[in-house]
Amino acid sequence: MTQPLLQITDLQVAFRAGKQDIPAVRGAGLTVYPGQTVAIVGESGSGKSTTAHAIIDLLPGTGHVTGGSIVFDGRDITHLKRREREAIRGSQIGLVPQDPMSNLNPLVRVGKQIKESLEANGVARGKAADKRVVELLEEAGLPDAASRARQFPHEYSGGMRQRALIAMGLAARPKLLIADEPTSALDVTVQKQILDHLETLTTDLGVAVLLITHDLGLAAERADHLVVMYKGQVVESGPALQILKNPQHPYSQRLISSAPSLASQRLTSQLRAEVRESSVKTAGEIAAEIVAEGELGGEVTDAVVEAKNLTKVFKLPGGAPGRSIDFTAVDDVSFRLRRGTTTAIVGESGSGKSTVARMVLDLLEPTSGSVEFDGIDITTLRDKKQQLAFRRRVQPVFQNPYASLDPMYSIYRSIEEPLRTHKIGSDKEREAKIRDLLDKVSLPSAVMRRFPSELSGGQRQRVAIARALALDPEVVILDEAVSALDVLVQAQILTLLNDLQAELGLSYLFITHDLAVVRQIADDVLVMQNGKVVEQATVTEVFDRPREEYTRKLLDAIPGGSIELAS
Amino acid sequence: MWWYVGKRLLQAIPVVLGATLLIYAMVFLQPGDPILALFGEKPVSESVKAELEAQYNLDQPFIIQWLLFLGGALTGDFGLSFSGQPVADLIGRAFPVTLKLALMALVIEAVLGIIAGFYAGLRRGKIFDSTMLVVSLLVIAVPIFVLGFMLQLVFGVQLQWAPATVGGDASFQRLILPAVVLGLVSFAYVLRLTRTSVVENLGADHVRTARAKGLSETEVNRKHVLRNSLIPVVTFLGADLGTLMAGAIVTEGIFNIPGIGNLAYQAVLRGEGPTVVSVVTIMVLVYVVMSLLVDLLYAALDPRIRYA
Repeated sequence: MTQPLLQITDLQVAFRAGKQDIPAVRGAGLTVYPGQTVAIVGESGSGKSTTAHAIIDLLPGTGHVTGGSIVFDGRDITHLKRREREAIRGSQIGLVPQDPMSNLNPLVRVGKQIKESLEANGVARGKAADKRVVELLEEAGLPDAASRARQFPHEYSGGMRQRALIAMGLAARPKLLIADEPTSALDVTVQKQILDHLETLTTDLGVAVLLITHDLGLAAERADHLVVMYKGQVVESGPALQILKNPQHPYSQRLISSAPSLASQRLTSQLRAEVRESSVKTAGEIAAEIVAEGELGGEVTDAVVEAKNLTKVFKLPGGAPGRSIDFTAVDDVSFRLRRGTTTAIVGESGSGKSTVARMVLDLLEPTSGSVEFDGIDITTLRDKKQQLAFRRRVQPVFQNPYASLDPMYSIYRSIEEPLRTHKIGSDKEREAKIRDLLDKVSLPSAVMRRFPSELSGGQRQRVAIARALALDPEVVILDEAVSALDVLVQAQILTLLNDLQAELGLSYLFITHDLAVVRQIADDVLVMQNGKVVEQATVTEVFDRPREEYTRKLLDAIPGGSIELAS
Repeated sequence: MWWYVGKRLLQAIPVVLGATLLIYAMVFLQPGDPILALFGEKPVSESVKAELEAQYNLDQPFIIQWLLFLGGALTGDFGLSFSGQPVADLIGRAFPVTLKLALMALVIEAVLGIIAGFYAGLRRGKIFDSTMLVVSLLVIAVPIFVLGFMLQLVFGVQLQWAPATVGGDASFQRLILPAVVLGLVSFAYVLRLTRTSVVENLGADHVRTARAKGLSETEVNRKHVLRNSLIPVVTFLGADLGTLMAGAIVTEGIFNIPGIGNLAYQAVLRGEGPTVVSVVTIMVLVYVVMSLLVDLLYAALDPRIRYA
């Protein structure tokens, strides 16, 4: 048998806080053979990135290796001198980092940043290096590489930056490439292109890859060997398919059952149908009640929200003084959100899906077209009282649970704020309501006194949902509400949203770039591209019989979608 | 880009108008009669007083005085001082001195501040960093006139390393000590700013990527940390030139420098409207031009910024 390229044994990494060492990796071990692709899978905080960074000694802050050994190419590299360490980086072990937006120096031309890598590792200098940079960028699949090399990072799209980073990581032809969540910040279709390209490239060059990811579907599709990490320890490792089909450790089992890409195949549409039936019934009752009270004019129809020919044109400053360029972000979009159901709007970044959401929320005025809520055009709601009444019935939940809660507000105050704004209930009644809401989103009432920084991402998103539900809305607009969450947490939140819909008869407008989660929650799907709706159908039709090429492309891009599971 | 520069210069017009009007109003509201003050204890005949008031337009309401000043300023005539010299000549003599002083201070604070800040940032929490923190706090906390007199006493009088006062000869050697005093406070700010910026950049993702490429520590610091850290510092330095020129008034007093600060101070004491307003107009123009230059420099340093 060949000698392993990388062998990590019983690795211990800790971060120093004051005088104490807080362990982050506790006895991790893995082996990579030359030319092999190994994936480390785990949720955030599992120590997967820390393990990877320990290999090239790029641990952030106070992180340091406290035990164990890292052997690379037959040599112990656990504790190296500075010069030796710098000699290994780039030329022996390359890195493709996670976030393409922040990993290129914004002030330096992309070509020059790649050239630095060639010069630092003694591959080429001067003119020869410039030529090599263009070849490397071409190799990474960047069109028009010669002129692109002279551009700055901000002139690149996310996918192009990631290609540049791949070119940089492979510039000095390392034997091992560490790819740390190389595509998690990108759209699914771009993600697929990049990963395909990386795979061909590393196979051709015979480079071993250590892939770090939280997406089990992606890992299984790309790697021969999986290493599952949980709380700083390796809980399971073995051939990818074996782990996928026959997971031994309970954590691996949980990961597999909640990975959206895999789960969506199994989640029966019957389950969703049950949710819908109960929800539609409740929603109908609520609507009838409101009509009886005559709160808002208008008539109750089947559709709670109806968008008609929505168009939004932004004016961008450009060219000569005083002139502007028209940019059509949303182009003639119409849809109906049926009462008690979920309509998903799917598309890549820049497709205009969030702009639609903002217009439905009446936070942005459409250039033309209208949004009707229970038959009333919301742009006509110009007096304060009517507007407030509208806001009460439509509530949003946004993508980033870290940014959408005020860090200076306690959880209690955050959830109470909408109640206070709409002058609902006495102090006592409000407190009872908040307890009830926290209970609904499965949070202990003890979190009331805490602050957002003391909660995890999943808990914060639950708080954001509780806040949205505080006013008993009929429609909730979920703008990428689960996209920033780990798979396990994502699955929990989706279950919660389904339960709440069945119980309260909510109607959801669910905006996402990830088709994988759509099947678990949506009834109708709108696929958007460049501001236009390209396909509009029920969820089963879109998944089983996609009519448009673009929809098929989106479906193909779901990682792990092609893997058959024995269940 | 030229459209942007033009727009910014057009914006300067209302700024200059507003500033001069404000200063004129304040000089006008100053208690005491400037003509009476001019004669001190001696009695003044009514006819001489009336003649002088007419000569300096003091008999007009202040809004007319202001308009007359503006009219003159447009043709390059800033009026006469009470001693009969054209204000333009006075400023022409004083302005270069102050500019020289401020530029020297700027160079001193920039060079020392950036070097010290850079090393403090690289060696965060070490002895050099802590020492610099204490030094900068001290410099910021102690008023400039205390620092000025102290340095004048120690280096100018006792050690005699540099001339203690400047007087009529505003040469490079004589201006060194005052320039150090003037630049000290800003040195502390430049140091803090550079240090914070370096620390922030050291933790940036792209710096980690640079290390992963195999660049040596020195290369990483020089090519990726230092340059990126300098952007906020350059912005500060540009805006600071105006502040230094205005702040020179105290330093010029201590070291007896015939600069613009001294000129303005004397004119305020005498209630000489035209001189005060002329100096202020010049200062406002310096501020406007400097902030425009800073913004253009910013765009040159950071390719992400484009003006239209």
